[in-house]
Amino acid sequence: MNLVVNTPIKDNVLEEVKVGDIVYLNGVLVTARDAAHERLLKHGFKLPITLKFLPIFHAGPIVKKTNDSWSIVSIGPTTSMRMESLEYDFIERTGIKMIIGKGGMGSRTAEACKKFKAVHAIFPGGCAVVAAERVKRVLGVEWLDLGVPEALWILEVENFGPLIVSIDTNGNNMFDERIKSINSKKFDMLKNLDRELSSKL
Amino acid sequence: MDALVRLLSNFIRTVAIRLPDDVLSALKELSSKESSYWGKAVYSLMFDNINLALEKGVPVCQDTGVLMFFIDVGTNFPYVNKLYDALKVATIKATEEVPLRPNVVEPFDEKNTGNNVGTRLPWIEWNIVPEADYVEITLYLAGGGTSLTGNAKVLPPASGFKGVIEFVLDVVSSYGLNACPPFLLGVGIGATVETAALLSKRALLRPIGSINPNPKAASLERILYEKVCGLEIGPQGLGGSTTVLGVNVEYSARHPATLAVGVSTGCWAHRRGVIKIKSDLTYELPLYKGVVL
Repeated sequence: MNLVVNTPIKDNVLEEVKVGDIVYLNGVLVTARDAAHERLLKHGFKLPITLKFLPIFHAGPIVKKTNDSWSIVSIGPTTSMRMESLEYDFIERTGIKMIIGKGGMGSRTAEACKKFKAVHAIFPGGCAVVAAERVKRVLGVEWLDLGVPEALWILEVENFGPLIVSIDTNGNNMFDERIKSINSKKFDMLKNLDRELSSKL
Repeated sequence: MDALVRLLSNFIRTVAIRLPDDVLSALKELSSKESSYWGKAVYSLMFDNINLALEKGVPVCQDTGVLMFFIDVGTNFPYVNKLYDALKVATIKATEEVPLRPNVVEPFDEKNTGNNVGTRLPWIEWNIVPEADYVEITLYLAGGGTSLTGNAKVLPPASGFKGVIEFVLDVVSSYGLNACPPFLLGVGIGATVETAALLSKRALLRPIGSINPNPKAASLERILYEKVCGLEIGPQGLGGSTTVLGVNVEYSARHPATLAVGVSTGCWAHRRGVIKIKSDLTYELPLYKGVVL
């Protein structure tokens, strides 16, 4: 299923969305990665903006400043799994409805997605210029003292995608299945390794 | 020195925005082989992205990495004394002008330096070429996602190549999903943990499709290639038959008591470029046919 989602994301919009569906986003998207998660959850800072009903993007852009206005040069997803240990609490505290990143996330995040009716979706990694084209404007930036990659970049996006849903609001997790499949293939191929190597190496 | 800095910063720009010829043709070949639904969709977006980056003259990926220079410098290269400073200044200049993402964080201050220069960064590896009057510089922009895969371990020699293969597959099956596949897999074998790790990174600098001249090392490359493909990680980890751009093994002799193994991956946007600069500052770009800096 292909779906266009507008922000703020109303509570029931995502409930129909299943793992493997493709979402395109219109509205406001905020970047938040390692340091922003830690600053909120470990160092006790108050968020400078409200993220309730918004999507966040695990990403650190390349930006350009002309006079007083910022623009996005290149912005692709970063590895979501780095935020796994903090994402449950981040979802609970902020009320975000969507997490966009690269690769999968783990069982704690899936649990939070189920409980708080949020989803995780991936944007194909490295396709950062395509993504930058879908950013219409930089609405603002907060926590810039963390450095350009780690700051909260508040973006207006149009038709932002394709975003492939990897965790849905029922807690189904596409990458759980992927990891199980990869590990079972690895297990099988290591079984007869001794015999195989004696003939080849 | 100004001319050298300009040349180097233009070279950095080229590496950030344009994939080298060997990587492009390998990606084209892989995309023609991939039959999975998601795989094909991902390749199509990758090529859109590659073309758009060139058209707009901006970095192909937002993560322009930490800069790593691997240098073969002739002892008679007239700028040998200035080269270190020129590389640093060119890095700062390119960061501002391309622009690159400022990626250098001082670990004890938790501070991003903002210009891609910091303690021991950019990373520079030097080789001396006696009597030569040129310098050959390989630049690798090592992105974060694909660098997270990096791992190395010293095995007891009794583990043998079985232990090596198990270690590599453990690393790839745990982290490969996030390394922006199809990735290039580099494996280093050596005497100590850091030499194996460095050789695994050097393995990523070799041309795609090249084969180790030692027949047994080549055989290990083939075995690992088949096995990693067999995991069916697929483009962006979504499943499929194409998982790697290639598997390169580099090695040194080892200690009788150690068998060290290192693993590095290079994401699909494998930004590894080479420039050969002669004594009169004319240059060749063997991996970028038709490109003028």
